[in-house]
Amino acid sequence: MKFSDQFESRFAEMLTHYPTKRSVLVPTLLFAQDEVGFLSDEVIHELAGRLDLTDLEVRNVISYYSMLTTKPRGKYNVQVCTNIACMLRGSDELFEHCKERLGIGHKGTTPDGLFSLEEVECIGACSWAPAAQVNYDFHENLTPEKMDKVLDEYKKKGTQ
Amino acid sequence: MASLVSHPDEVKVVSKRFGQGATSLDRYLELDGYKAVQKALGMQPDAIINEVKNSGLRGRGGAGFNTGMKWSFVPKQSPKPKYVLCNGDESEPGTCKDRLILQHDPHTVIEGVTIAGLSVGAHVGYIYIRGEYRYLSEIMHKAIKDAYARGFLGKNIFGSGYDFDVYWHGGAGAYEVGEESALMESLEGKRGIPRIRPPFPAVIGLWGGPTIINNVETLASVPHIIMGGADWYAGLGPPKNGGTRLFCLSGHLNRPGVYELPLGYNLRKMIYDVAGGIPNGRKLKAVVPGGSSTPVLTATETDVGMDFDSLAKAGSMLGSGGVVILDDATCMVKFAQRIMKFYQHESCGWCIPCREGTDWLKKTLTRFHAGGGIKKDIDNIQYLAENMLGRTFCPLGDAAAMPTISIVKKFRKEFEDHLEGRPCPYKEMGVVQESTVMAD
Repeated sequence: MKFSDQFESRFAEMLTHYPTKRSVLVPTLLFAQDEVGFLSDEVIHELAGRLDLTDLEVRNVISYYSMLTTKPRGKYNVQVCTNIACMLRGSDELFEHCKERLGIGHKGTTPDGLFSLEEVECIGACSWAPAAQVNYDFHENLTPEKMDKVLDEYKKKGTQ
Repeated sequence: MASLVSHPDEVKVVSKRFGQGATSLDRYLELDGYKAVQKALGMQPDAIINEVKNSGLRGRGGAGFNTGMKWSFVPKQSPKPKYVLCNGDESEPGTCKDRLILQHDPHTVIEGVTIAGLSVGAHVGYIYIRGEYRYLSEIMHKAIKDAYARGFLGKNIFGSGYDFDVYWHGGAGAYEVGEESALMESLEGKRGIPRIRPPFPAVIGLWGGPTIINNVETLASVPHIIMGGADWYAGLGPPKNGGTRLFCLSGHLNRPGVYELPLGYNLRKMIYDVAGGIPNGRKLKAVVPGGSSTPVLTATETDVGMDFDSLAKAGSMLGSGGVVILDDATCMVKFAQRIMKFYQHESCGWCIPCREGTDWLKKTLTRFHAGGGIKKDIDNIQYLAENMLGRTFCPLGDAAAMPTISIVKKFRKEFEDHLEGRPCPYKEMGVVQESTVMAD
């Protein structure tokens, strides 16, 4: 299967950083997921082959890490932190608001494939709580109104 | 994003280059960058270790072990290569400081890693950055590339004849990987399952070689110690608690933010002076002093110095510097439930007391908070948590148990208030504090 040139150059470079091939596995899985959208059987088989691992060994690692997924997600993955610092500043309401607005629950995806929603653990934005990440972008000091604006922007970007 | 704050009581050491454009290598050099590593190149390895030891620098990740001491455990001779591993898997709830260091001052981290390498005779360092912090990996990627281009990394660094390579490594979402032995497993491309110790990583670590593992903030403090000297750094804090640290103030506060204060700074002052007190005319109920795993303090226990030893004396821990403030409208049962939900989610399942304990405690606390609790549950929660202590490979089990025990002991009445199907008396908790001063 084919990855982008950027993926291939990063992969080749990373292999030179460690004494064992396997060490590149975790970051490589995330890079592959970023390109393909999820870790498909094909991706798993390809990376296992490159790193002299079995498919099962790769799956075993995937199931440990919360960011890795073997199922397709929306183009924009909305991750609302509800851990303590965010909870104290209204993240439960924020998460409920996202559920209502998007019409989906935890780990759900909208029918148009644009958004998925996830309740996540601490993302390191405690002093700027409540916070959410959309894919890798941080959005902080949120209120339901601010969240609406954030989602509007992604919707506009995603349907252009 | 992740806006900066300041207060006159701050002593800026690690944060002194924040907001100064120090991600640019030229700017970093203007701000005295890469002087410490050049100075260290002219020192004997033992002299570097002694300087760090005497500075009183203790691990900023949570355990609070003397950093120089940790380095001194690395054997001088080793048939296998030695490594430095910088722990940037910041994920202890309440903690958001390494993020700022990596964002504003990535070259200091590279310098710290290099100096640690010089002190033990390692030639490779890895900077592990949690997967969620992708933008910081990109910043670090560029910083490392720039440092190589100038000959600050790679073969013959600064023309010294010493070779040192630094690479960044990305995670993919796992709290437990912040534990040092799980961190090594993850870097080796495996599930982040902890290793049993001894042997400690300083003797047998990455790929079997002796490995120094330190938190981002710890290593970012090292160049300042080399430049300013051990006595200066030690003098900033109380005895055996050298220096400053980044305190991440969050929760019910008027001015939450990350502030750099000397160790030993009074907690009460931190809440009311530095962070502007509690909004909406509410009163203080409890404080999490060092990340979600540390025992909570009640409002009457806050006249305490924020250093490792003072907090230990007060029955808690300085931990990771994540200070979470709870006002009097907060439900402590719900708070305990949320903490346990987190640890249950993050437990890797390797050790039974942690796997089963966190699951049972989460279920019990959830049922209890929903009004389905019986009196016996309160003792059971404490008993279960106490039996997790010290019975697991890694400290995740303790991390789940310690706050739970403290909440049951100190807020037992709140548990009793939930009995007999009564609704939670603290419904208001979680209302967004619109009065806060912080702008977007």
